[in-house]
Amino acid sequence: MSGGTNPQLGADGRLVHLLTLEGLPAATIVSILDTAEPFASIGERDVKKVPLLRGKAVFNLFFENSTRTRTTFEIAAKRLSADVINLNIGASSTSKGETLLDTIDNLVAMNADMFIVRHAQSGAPHLIASHLAATGKPHVHVVNAGDGRHGHPTQGLLDLYTIRHYKHDFRALSVAIVGDVLHSRVARSLIHGLTTLGTPDVRVIGPQTLMPARVEALGVSVHHDMREGLAGCDVVVMLRLQSERMKGALLPSSGEYFKHYGLTPEKLALAKHDAIVMHPGPMNRGVEIDSAVADGARSVILPQVTFGIAVRMAVMSMIAGA
Amino acid sequence: MGAHADPPGVNLPDAEAALAALAERMRAGVAHDAAFVGIYSGGAWLAERLASLVPGNHAVGYIDVSFYRDDYAKKGLKAGARRSELPFDVAGASIVLIDDVLYTGRSTRAAINELFDYGRPAAIELAVLVDRGGRELPIEPTYTGVRVACARALSIVLSRAADGALALGVEPAGAP
Repeated sequence: MSGGTNPQLGADGRLVHLLTLEGLPAATIVSILDTAEPFASIGERDVKKVPLLRGKAVFNLFFENSTRTRTTFEIAAKRLSADVINLNIGASSTSKGETLLDTIDNLVAMNADMFIVRHAQSGAPHLIASHLAATGKPHVHVVNAGDGRHGHPTQGLLDLYTIRHYKHDFRALSVAIVGDVLHSRVARSLIHGLTTLGTPDVRVIGPQTLMPARVEALGVSVHHDMREGLAGCDVVVMLRLQSERMKGALLPSSGEYFKHYGLTPEKLALAKHDAIVMHPGPMNRGVEIDSAVADGARSVILPQVTFGIAVRMAVMSMIAGA
Repeated sequence: MGAHADPPGVNLPDAEAALAALAERMRAGVAHDAAFVGIYSGGAWLAERLASLVPGNHAVGYIDVSFYRDDYAKKGLKAGARRSELPFDVAGASIVLIDDVLYTGRSTRAAINELFDYGRPAAIELAVLVDRGGRELPIEPTYTGVRVACARALSIVLSRAADGALALGVEPAGAP
């Protein structure tokens, strides 16, 4: 996806939706990260609000539950002065048989300005964006807040922001992404972002059963041994073991998983001495990460959460003004 | 900057001479402990220079008004927004807001709104290097370096050389 076929970009190249990091030009990604920087200071002020989206109606459409992601989008939209409407779709219209696009048409009829969409089906936000274009509503914007196994672009962007904040230059970094890559839309978005920004060494580490087929095609090296995979890296991104998504026996037990792929101080010692540790949350202590690492000096897991608000403010203010 | 001096339509003064005149006027009126807050980017350079030219103990801050502009709905978010830095307590402070060119008054309005989101200042004054008239809001500077008449089609821009010397130039209006 690039150029004219990329529905995320308007005719003038400006970002109008955020659907995926795949195919998004490096300049656009850098511009989002740059824009997030001044937003990061808004949270430290007396009045944690700027007036950019005053009077805009932002609908949180979570077809799949995620209290944390929904909350961070809600905070970001409110800090931009937007009105936020949370719809717990799982419990409402769709259970009465309404189609996704009928739900969208109804909300557009209520003068929605932006949809933040979380959906179990890959491509749902893309479908909504195409529908808005086809029905002559180009002023309504869509942000993908996680779709199936496909992507979670704002999480990818906040991971990139965090890495840039601590490590500055992507072109000199080794980044290891560890764990359940198979089920992880976070990993997919981050890999696309890292390769687009020229990261020379991106590694994925995990058991064969949790690796997507042909993952090497994304430009990463694959490791099944933590010792080999973590050696000399600058950034360790731990993924959550998504037990709720696992059908069938992909793993012997979580204890066995921790033994091989859990990040302990001993395993972290193989990375560079100043390597940072990230996790998209919510984390399973004692399953993919040891508490001594999660709470340790090299963990930047809580700064990730803070940066996530700034990154979402940047995305929303860029697309709503396009 | 792509700016060139003295094209038809404007007679540009020397920026350093205008700065000296502005500093002279501020010496007579500015509170000893007033904080100087420059609007990015030209106003930020001026705030630094004025803090040493105007006697007193002046904290220096910087403000980027991108998130408070009134043309967001029309033009979108400008790329290159910077973090506002106000390293003093805005509540109760005497503040001199500093900008390079005062024109419509819209940036000043945005800056005042932003300052109030940090706290309630005791007073805000406005110092500008160049006043080119053309106000669209009821805003007047407290201190002015120089007044200039300028064709609407042109923007007056301040630039800073590597050695810190300031210069005024013009660009077609609407250039980024």
